[in-house]
Amino acid sequence: MKQPPYKKSPQISRKSQRVATEVKPQRPTGAVTARTGMGDRWHSWLGHHREMAVESLRRFFATPIASGMTALVIAIALALPAALQLGLANFQRAVAGWDGQPQISVFLHMDITEDRAEAFADTLRAELDVAEVTYISPEEALLEFQQAAGLGDALAGLDSNPLPAVLLLRPRDTEAESLEALAERLRESALVDAVVLDMAWVQRLARLTELGRRLSAGLAALLALGVVLVVVNTIRLHIENRREEILVAKLVGGTDAFVRRPFLYSGLCYGFFGGLLAWLLVAVAVALLSGPVAGLSSTYGSGYTLQGPGYRYLLGLTVGAALLGLTGAWLAVARHIQAIEPR
Amino acid sequence: MITFDNVSKRYESGQDALMRVSLEIERGDMVFLTGHSGAGKSTLLKLLTAIERPTRGSILVAGQNLNRLRRGQIPYFRRNLGIVFQNHQLLFDRSVFDNVALPLQVAGCSRRELGRRVRAALDKVGLLHKEKQNPIVLSGGEQQRVGIARAVVNKPAILVADEPTGNLDPQLSAEIMQLFADFNAVGVTVLVASHDLELIARMKRRVLTLQAGQLIYDGVPSREAAAL
Repeated sequence: MKQPPYKKSPQISRKSQRVATEVKPQRPTGAVTARTGMGDRWHSWLGHHREMAVESLRRFFATPIASGMTALVIAIALALPAALQLGLANFQRAVAGWDGQPQISVFLHMDITEDRAEAFADTLRAELDVAEVTYISPEEALLEFQQAAGLGDALAGLDSNPLPAVLLLRPRDTEAESLEALAERLRESALVDAVVLDMAWVQRLARLTELGRRLSAGLAALLALGVVLVVVNTIRLHIENRREEILVAKLVGGTDAFVRRPFLYSGLCYGFFGGLLAWLLVAVAVALLSGPVAGLSSTYGSGYTLQGPGYRYLLGLTVGAALLGLTGAWLAVARHIQAIEPR
Repeated sequence: MITFDNVSKRYESGQDALMRVSLEIERGDMVFLTGHSGAGKSTLLKLLTAIERPTRGSILVAGQNLNRLRRGQIPYFRRNLGIVFQNHQLLFDRSVFDNVALPLQVAGCSRRELGRRVRAALDKVGLLHKEKQNPIVLSGGEQQRVGIARAVVNKPAILVADEPTGNLDPQLSAEIMQLFADFNAVGVTVLVASHDLELIARMKRRVLTLQAGQLIYDGVPSREAAAL
């Protein structure tokens, strides 16, 4: 079929001549299909990612109140377990600083001389799992007893010192099992009359810490799920709002990945800012509490201060929340974008 | 370029939109598709653009059998087509330039190349001076030309238009048609669905007429035939 000569329509400007020669009008049989090289495609793929990242930020701040509220919901959900975790860490630090660390009291036989007792203390000091040994002679013990308990009068009635020499052991390992093993070894010694290990306190502390840890882990898992659901819902609304755009993009050959991308970045954005806000909430809470805590600890004669959420919390919260946001966005697009097809 | 072989389409509602339609459009042809509304024009275009799949028969476009097209391949197939819609489907949240750039972004075109091609396409439809405007402020004819620029920006082998002059006055319609003829003149295969019989007759091109889902006419009509 013979083609009519190429004729310019009146509204077409002069420049179109150049464009027309580009598409080679002398070859009416084949239209030139666009081809894009691999390198270009890679650059463009990266470029699109960068554009979408910037675009998602722009969209986030274009509706500051709506975005801020979503981020705040995420922040509150994440601040709760983070604060609990931080509180737990602070509690552990506080009890670690106390003098009430596991301690083993070793009562020696009454007939042991001071020299032998000292020598025994030295051999114990040489052992690997013993951090510190304090020797308390019967006389020192009596003095301490009289002062502390106010029983001086009762003791004064006795004609000899009824108290044995005591070795106070501070073990290196505070695990309940190794403490028990150490106590057992000490009992076997011929010099030792009795060994008292305050296990109940150690065990209670360990159980309490474990309870707190599990509680915060459970809460964290539950609230992480909450964050994902919040993002799913938010992104679902975004998808509905941009339905037209998705349709057009699909009609001009946009792949699902292309259409998905801006929403995934939006989810990432919500998560990131939610995490950042969560960190701020925790930091503010710590700042507010640190004054009273310092006051309280000074009345106990301790220099203990509350530790704030450091950069590790910042990193963990922002990255973790961003991943949760991404997960939520992914769930939302997986469900809704396939459903939007041209009809 | 486009081959329909005994194609039938029955929608889930039980409506037979196309029945045993066979046709062949050569590379570089310009063909009009006409018929009353409900005759099957839209269905034929939907099959051609892989929006719908045929119930029976096979469709070959640029050597590709659409029946064998997997879902994931559809986007890549559509990049070879330029599609112009009656309601132009422009996005009003971005400029004319960005609207036209969309197919290139989708295909992964470099930024420099993108600007050059978008401007070339806008220049072809005579709207280069409006690239920064929002399409919402343009007239109906201008909007349709932006839609055409978007359809051709990727230099597709095939241009498909669904009632591109539907809402335009005769003067603008003629201009739009001339634009399609211009693209055809540089080798693009053009298929235009339209019910503007008078305008079609004036173009003196091959016409396919559908009626109740069947192809009842295929040929180049004389002016007198169109007037009937």
